[in-house]
Amino acid sequence: MDQFTINLLFVGASFALYIGIAIWARAGSTSEFYAAGRGVHPVLNGMATGADWMSAASFISMAGLIAFVGYDNSTYLMGWTGGYVLLALLLAPYLRKFGKYTVPEFIGDRFYSPTARMVAVLCLIIASVTYVIGQMTGVGVAFGRFLEVSNTTGLLIGAVVVFAYAVFGGMKGVTYTQVAQYCVLILAYTIPAVFISLQLTGKVIPGLGLFGTDMSSGEPLLLKLDQIVTDLGFKSYTGHHTDTLNMVLFTLSLMIGTAGLPHVIMRFFTVPRVADARWSAGWALVFIALLYLTAPAVGAMARFNITNQFWPNGTEGEAVSLETIANDPAYHWMATWEKTGLLKWEDKNDDGKIQYYNDKNPDMEARATANGWVGNELTKFDNDILVLANPEIANLPGWVIGLVAAGGLAAALSTAAGLLLAISSAVSHDLMKGQLTPNMSESSELMSARVAMAVAIAVATYLGLNPPGFAAQTVALAFGLAAASIFPALMMGIFTKRINNVGAVVGMLVGLLFTMVYIFLHKGWFFIPGTASFPDTVEGSLFGIQSTAIGAVGALLNFVAAFVVSSMTAAPPKEIQDLVESVRIPRGAGAATDH
Amino acid sequence: MSDNPENNTYWSANIRIVTWCLVIWAIVPFGFGILLRSMFSGVMIGGADLGFWVAQQGSILVFLAIIFFYAWRMNRLDAQYGVDEQ
Repeated sequence: MDQFTINLLFVGASFALYIGIAIWARAGSTSEFYAAGRGVHPVLNGMATGADWMSAASFISMAGLIAFVGYDNSTYLMGWTGGYVLLALLLAPYLRKFGKYTVPEFIGDRFYSPTARMVAVLCLIIASVTYVIGQMTGVGVAFGRFLEVSNTTGLLIGAVVVFAYAVFGGMKGVTYTQVAQYCVLILAYTIPAVFISLQLTGKVIPGLGLFGTDMSSGEPLLLKLDQIVTDLGFKSYTGHHTDTLNMVLFTLSLMIGTAGLPHVIMRFFTVPRVADARWSAGWALVFIALLYLTAPAVGAMARFNITNQFWPNGTEGEAVSLETIANDPAYHWMATWEKTGLLKWEDKNDDGKIQYYNDKNPDMEARATANGWVGNELTKFDNDILVLANPEIANLPGWVIGLVAAGGLAAALSTAAGLLLAISSAVSHDLMKGQLTPNMSESSELMSARVAMAVAIAVATYLGLNPPGFAAQTVALAFGLAAASIFPALMMGIFTKRINNVGAVVGMLVGLLFTMVYIFLHKGWFFIPGTASFPDTVEGSLFGIQSTAIGAVGALLNFVAAFVVSSMTAAPPKEIQDLVESVRIPRGAGAATDH
Repeated sequence: MSDNPENNTYWSANIRIVTWCLVIWAIVPFGFGILLRSMFSGVMIGGADLGFWVAQQGSILVFLAIIFFYAWRMNRLDAQYGVDEQ
């Protein structure tokens, strides 16, 4: 059976499974559509949260980001998991006790202000829409590579599948499909990693193999990796080379942003009890950790394998020849990925060999001159191909490659569905039912939620087909906004009774505007090239903080502004203080369930 | 403050637990993983130093421990103060 048929089988079978679940889990009421009837077991909810949270970025990009940078990109590992502690300790149990359907609804009720609710809707929609574009383009790329159809066809197939289970199933359909998608994506991620770990270190668990011994040299893997990359003039893998302040603030921004992303928070509305919300955050992190403990091993081992492939005789020996790349089956992956334009090499000095080294490092000049090298000849290696090409690089069987294709699609589709659900419930529940047409009946609200979802899918598909040039940068915006606007408002709403309507609105706007303006000053106004006032580097940036790390500062300003303004204006009325009081006590959560 | 003094002591007990958990949440990744890394460069774990392990894996394991401890501790506290869901 050829690779194309295998890929088609794996992807087709996984899609059939999702559609089957959609038919079984059809939503009949708004409670089922928004919160899966609040009947989801905490472990299953944890699994669904894992799939919801782990996007194309976690599955496809993260290991590549770590592989080519090493220690300095541990920020992603710590930042994207540390947010769950904030969720479990500061938000999830209280928002579940509050017992409503959306994040803006809590903000609107607690701060007794429709304005606050609309500001929250605005933040939610900006953050979720920018985030969903990346998922849709990811779906197109994965389809294009594995099923040999055009990106457009791939994207449309993906959109139809999401439509089928998200529009009809709502939160209920999405939750149970996400459980299945989690299983597919975690198997797809770990199985190749286990094979590779066994090949290199003899350890079954990749996370332990990372700190194990390289069997061919008998030295610790990381020591050997540091040695081969520094031999080629690259920075050491385990060393700390970036600015410490930016590393701390970037990690903190990712943590607070994670805890403030509405599509993650709303998952905790689906469990039956407050105690379950606490457990469920723990289970979510267990399922996320299975991938996140494996990712650094995937990154390091891939860097090790790739470097050795280009220097088959050791870093002091001769580089790999063009003839070997063309004929040796172990190098077949290079031809496959060259077609995508994400991998490029060029024999600049016409010696019939490909020298992969850091030509920017002055220490390499002597060796380059002595051997007649005129520059690095591996001219492009896109981070994003690392995970998808990894099974081929390690020469794993065809079915593993098919599984990885299905896994990448599962990661992108599950996150897209979660985001679309957050957008549609904000539109139908907060904007329409809450603001424009408050007298809407339950069945017409359910209908409008479905229409909003269908429109959101259409918009996301359009943006996925015509991605604005700034798609990659907008992810920083999504995290920045979630960190600077949504998280502080939720936390203050629960932990202080003194913050009032004016304070909360001013705080959110200060956080939102500061973060947006700071990002625009460094990335260009509305990401239009050439309109940036400062270079987005540690040295050039305003305050010496890069725009990706600014969310934490925005959050701090939100807290400060809200406290200052609230202390100068009247305290919240008695019934709001009682509301805060009741949110803090778990008893009675069942009674508050449906209204 | 609440009309019910029992609820106030429940809430301050919760705040104490949350504070301690957050102190550990901050010290492990930011302290051991980044800022204090050079202090423990002598402690080796399989070819790298302690700070590298904390940044790549250790923090995640500590986060898990914090959440499960908190869930267990709070469920006990709820029962102790009679505010759990029956």
